[in-house]
Amino acid sequence: MTVPYEHLVKDFKILQQQVNDEPLVYLDNAATTQKPEAVLKALEAYYHTSNANVHRGVHTLAERATVQYEGAREKVSRFINAPETAEVLFTRGTTTSLNWVARSLGDLIVEEGDEIVISYMEHHSNIIPWQQLAKAKKATLKYIELTDEGLLDMSDAREKITDKTKILSLTHVSNVLGVVNPIRELTDYVHAKGGVMVVDGAQAVPHMSVDVQALDADFYAFSGHKMLAPTGIGVLYGKRQWLEQMEPLEFGGEMIDFVGLQESTWKELPWKFEAGTPNIAGAIGLGAAIDYLENIGMHEIMSHEQNLVAYLMPKLEEIDGLTLFGPKKASERTGVIAFNIDGVHPHDVATAMDMEGVAVRAGHHCAQPLMDYISQPATARASFYLYNTMADADKFVEALKATKEFFLHGLD
Amino acid sequence: MALTKLDQLYRAVILDHSQHPRRRGVLDKATTQIELKNPTCGDVIQVQLTVEEDKITDVRFDGSGCTISMASASMMTEAILNKSIDDALMLVNEFSEVVQGNKPEHERELGDAMMLSGVSKFPARIKCATLSWKALEKALAQNGTGVDGQLKHD
Repeated sequence: MTVPYEHLVKDFKILQQQVNDEPLVYLDNAATTQKPEAVLKALEAYYHTSNANVHRGVHTLAERATVQYEGAREKVSRFINAPETAEVLFTRGTTTSLNWVARSLGDLIVEEGDEIVISYMEHHSNIIPWQQLAKAKKATLKYIELTDEGLLDMSDAREKITDKTKILSLTHVSNVLGVVNPIRELTDYVHAKGGVMVVDGAQAVPHMSVDVQALDADFYAFSGHKMLAPTGIGVLYGKRQWLEQMEPLEFGGEMIDFVGLQESTWKELPWKFEAGTPNIAGAIGLGAAIDYLENIGMHEIMSHEQNLVAYLMPKLEEIDGLTLFGPKKASERTGVIAFNIDGVHPHDVATAMDMEGVAVRAGHHCAQPLMDYISQPATARASFYLYNTMADADKFVEALKATKEFFLHGLD
Repeated sequence: MALTKLDQLYRAVILDHSQHPRRRGVLDKATTQIELKNPTCGDVIQVQLTVEEDKITDVRFDGSGCTISMASASMMTEAILNKSIDDALMLVNEFSEVVQGNKPEHERELGDAMMLSGVSKFPARIKCATLSWKALEKALAQNGTGVDGQLKHD
């Protein structure tokens, strides 16, 4: 199937506007994505026809809301090929998912002197929960080195992952370098050492087909808002063998079985982790986003982004004084491109490109250890998604060249 | 060409200060020094002052940041040199008005820093312009002895 990507824009009203008198080219998709009409309509339909609290009450709306909320869970479960739907927990987003694992699994299996291994390319949300855990348990937090191209250094990974490693937590796709990590290989390695594999999938699930069974990951976390769904909804997949043993982090309504004066018991999975009224509309919106993505096809989306990168890279490499971070080969990366123009601060680049209608991110991208590692205080970043076209890529290159000219001319 | 709109922010004077910053460097004997970071972008600025009998007799800045933050720091050092602590703090407030698009009372004393008035049309960049001035304000707290905890006394 050839997807008419130029026509997808019609599904996203927000993209059909002018910013600073220029047609908007939205290239900040690694931060958050826009929402198609289908997702917005699903939210509206839920509030117009079915809004009620879930898992309580016998009235018709309560039943409708429950069926739709649990239906969304089933969609997610199928989308990532989870062995069973009960292993799919709804959270606020990747950050919450990773914090749950660090605190609850960390409490269960990490002891003084143990090791937790991450890498230099992690997002802050896959660093700080482990720092906190390591401090609390007097465990050691170790970082896997990167190669010059920004790939995980696999020989260093083999050295850092030892018999003392209780948890290996890695990003599936870097939010700065765009690099895709060989998760299955690393999972097998840490399993052989007796450790648990945790994967930050925030930048992977929106862009490629993810099969948690094929990866054999013990935990897999991602966010809805980076894959066309609303903010405030995310997922934590976890293997039953671990989730059964783990204690919930929040207590209250929804998650209890029987409540006594001094003791209570928890519901079964997945509800034991979901205290309080959940983000019902958000989950339903996530379900609608999955429908939208599956209608196009995840393999199609991935190849579209790789085509864009393959088209862009030679044009970018031609620009003098432009530094690109991450692997050069389109086949090794997603549509995330971090760059710097020599002598121009990324904030100035982002402001100038904004004047051209091109929305890019500038800063440390919530990855300060990575910025230190690549010796950059900050970078600019363009991140493409399914609704971006070759014309957007051209506009990006044109704006980049104009920006460079403006500052170099002005500084002469 | 849409980039002509950038001229209202990146005026020649600003680009000149950024490219050729005044009073950038390190003082041999500072009485107060402070480092301030903008956590959202990673910009870092150090401001060093020599305060003698309530007067700023020398000032330097150093650090890394965008055109706006570096130019603003350079302009700030020019504006406050040889000013009293109270006058310098007054200029901090005046500058804060300027970058919000308001007209200050002491336009002449702000000097080149007035050129940053265009930043008011770029709200995301106001923090870049005010970073060095915030650092100065903290350094001048408590009669020029600075704010505890953020100071480095060598």
